[in-house]
Amino acid sequence: MNDSLRLELAGISKQYPLVRANDRVDLRVKPGEIHAVLGENGAGKSTLMKIIYGAVQPDEGEIRFNGEPVRITSPAQARKLGISMVYQHFSLFDTLTAAENVWLGLDKSMSLPQVAARIVEVAQAYGLDVDPQRPVHTLSVGERQRVEIVRALLTQPQLLILDEPTSVLTPQAVDKLFVTLRRLADGGTSILYISHKLDEIRALCHHCTVLRGGKVTGEVDPTQESNASLSRLMIGVEPPPLQHRARTAGEFVLHVQGLNLPRQDAFGMDLHDIGFMVHAGEIVGIAGVSGNGQQELMAALSGEDPRAAPAAITLFGQPIGRHSPRRRRRAGLHFVPEERLGRGAVPTLSLAQNTLLTRTEHVSRSGWVDVRRVERMAQDIIARFNVHGGGAGSSARSLSGGNLQKFLVGREISADPKLLIVSQPTWGVDVGAAAQIRGELLALRDAGCALLVVSEELDELFEICDRLLVMAKGRLSPIVPVSEASVETIGEWMSGLWPGAPSTLAGARA
Amino acid sequence: MLKLEARPQPSRLMSGLSPLLALAFTVLIGVGLFVVLGKDPLRGLQVFFVEPVKNLYALSELSIKATPLILIALGLAVCFRSNVWNIGAEGQFVIGALAGGWVAMQAGPHLAWMGRGIVVAILLAGVLGGMAWAAIVALLRDRFNANEILVSLMLVYVAGMVLNYLVYGPWKDPQGYNFPQTITFLPATRIPRLVDGLRAHIGTVIALVAVAAFWIFLFRTYRGFALQVGGLAPLAARYAGFSSRSALWTALLLSGGMAGLAGALEAAGPLGQLTPYVPVGYGFAAIIVAYVGRLHPVGIVLAGILMSMFYIGGELAQSRMALPKSITGVFQGLLLFTLLACDTLVHYRLRWQRKVQAAAAATRGA
Repeated sequence: MNDSLRLELAGISKQYPLVRANDRVDLRVKPGEIHAVLGENGAGKSTLMKIIYGAVQPDEGEIRFNGEPVRITSPAQARKLGISMVYQHFSLFDTLTAAENVWLGLDKSMSLPQVAARIVEVAQAYGLDVDPQRPVHTLSVGERQRVEIVRALLTQPQLLILDEPTSVLTPQAVDKLFVTLRRLADGGTSILYISHKLDEIRALCHHCTVLRGGKVTGEVDPTQESNASLSRLMIGVEPPPLQHRARTAGEFVLHVQGLNLPRQDAFGMDLHDIGFMVHAGEIVGIAGVSGNGQQELMAALSGEDPRAAPAAITLFGQPIGRHSPRRRRRAGLHFVPEERLGRGAVPTLSLAQNTLLTRTEHVSRSGWVDVRRVERMAQDIIARFNVHGGGAGSSARSLSGGNLQKFLVGREISADPKLLIVSQPTWGVDVGAAAQIRGELLALRDAGCALLVVSEELDELFEICDRLLVMAKGRLSPIVPVSEASVETIGEWMSGLWPGAPSTLAGARA
Repeated sequence: MLKLEARPQPSRLMSGLSPLLALAFTVLIGVGLFVVLGKDPLRGLQVFFVEPVKNLYALSELSIKATPLILIALGLAVCFRSNVWNIGAEGQFVIGALAGGWVAMQAGPHLAWMGRGIVVAILLAGVLGGMAWAAIVALLRDRFNANEILVSLMLVYVAGMVLNYLVYGPWKDPQGYNFPQTITFLPATRIPRLVDGLRAHIGTVIALVAVAAFWIFLFRTYRGFALQVGGLAPLAARYAGFSSRSALWTALLLSGGMAGLAGALEAAGPLGQLTPYVPVGYGFAAIIVAYVGRLHPVGIVLAGILMSMFYIGGELAQSRMALPKSITGVFQGLLLFTLLACDTLVHYRLRWQRKVQAAAAATRGA
């Protein structure tokens, strides 16, 4: 027994019906240490964290907290011990406000108004913008995560677990979060930092445990490693660098002009005077923190929200603002939404049936579905885009996030679109799948397709885009070629501070 | 403390077997019930499960009960798969019977040119009547976002009032000794029987054709696919571009039409006239049939037959075993209850949570 450790795991194993999620995992975290747990999606990171947090019981192995052997049977008990967690998949009640959600997880020693006041305090101290009175269902993905982080910080934990926390923050906010985390660590709080972002881990963490296939494949000091060596530990090989060739853009495909849309729900975002063009053979990226109007813009472009003035959105010169998604698809506009399960795919239906959502080549004029051909089409997508996890007959929800995303992107790419709009192409997707998806998007661009990509990951946008826009408070910044943009300026623009921006924009939901 | 815990991978085999398991449990509980009532359980089982299928006559009677149940349940299955909760098939059934009955009452020498073709007109009228009644639900839902469960259910009672008004008033048979009933429909309007001497009629054939048609609609047409996506994941339906309004109207008109068809078949078939006793609960029992049949056309056939056996068994149990009429309802209720229980246990498992031990571990840990 080692008394100087905050947390020690020894020989932790967890077997699920189909997969061994953790296989004799050891983990040692010192007080005040920022300890990275690095691994691909499906490497067993989330299961391990759930075991530490008491949400899942290990089959074997021992957990020691501050030197004492413990059996953590519930998250409530974990919190009592001083362990807090920010989940990657949020555990918030949609119908309650942010404050009510936070209050629910506390020990009821504070009244609701006190909690709301504390939230504002903590949020300000750590630069996390959270309005405690807003119902959670009106919050964007990024805003929900901030509620989770604030909730965890309120309990002043000894061990804070953060599962992929930075995916929804601006670069400046990430820097701020790192300052916060370092301050917490200096105060003696241990931090378990789950991520697959190598740069962040190298910049922030003191120690790094690498998981692959449920097993520990390495324990290293990340500051002494390179991205390449870390990624070798994580996935076994280095991902091939993307081929990004400069390319002259062709004719303009999508032209948005003077698009104004009032919000549909009280906490949505109005779109103000949106205007930009996308040409054939280029990728235009929209950066910004989610909740600044991206969802509303995507719905207006995809046709899910057909309220736009007809001429505000034109495709090859044709006004399409009022057209249905199916009509836009027939004109060559395909869309991959941010939510994969429930929007991009029906969770309980098979992959073959899910191809039918957007692909109607094998539906006859009279509405007859050729089931065999649909199945073959699904199989072709599965084979071409390297989708693992069952064939055309397996249900969408049985696939991992990365594989389902490969399938959905593949479904739209193989339709030979003239304009492909992708929202958060690699959100929660493992490194290998993310690299493949980005490669496919570039290949599609090189084939002459116009692409519009919305992402919260700036690295990703800088990697694949030709030109960049930033969205803040329902408005768009000027468009800049990636070669002339820097992470710093884009980060500033995310707060609404671009040249010529209305002064009211300062303080966007960043 | 008992706790339900989701199973990570619900067994597909058990999911399929669940209705059979439910039947087995229903029988078991039924046996217990007979014993408690001091009746011979074997005799009871024989009444419910052997008598209704023991000969051609019994089978013919079974088909008369099963036909409306299956027809209505097919329509409801489409509704429920589309997430449209039509609980008012009983009312649509009554209005279908009224519309079909009205056409039947017009028969006479001046319509002799139609010959037996009038039956087609009767059935068509029934379909339209049921559709019209369901269209009220769709309209209120579409225009005013009125809850379709409440509206469709309340319209059942309105339909009953309309029926009573007509048979006690304008449609009362002048030669009927003031009984609340219409004239007996002319022979030309009678739904053709399958075999002379048995009451089984061509409605059974129509039901079987409908089973095939609904299977094709649900699993082989784009329209059917779109409806089900709307029920399973509304956001995905919007993403794909399937209209939720059109799904609402399609589902309600289809199910209303099927209930109306069943009503017309009943009025011009076994009943032969309209009385206040047209509604006997087929519209409600069909909800159970649809669910026990897993909202699948073939499953609905089996479930429909089973429910009819309960109807007939219940009637026989009254005369042969001196059991109350409510025994039918008890069995139908038992079947739905055990099915829901089986489904729950296929998807969840019961865990006994030892709170004491967890608390002990907590103190040790702290």
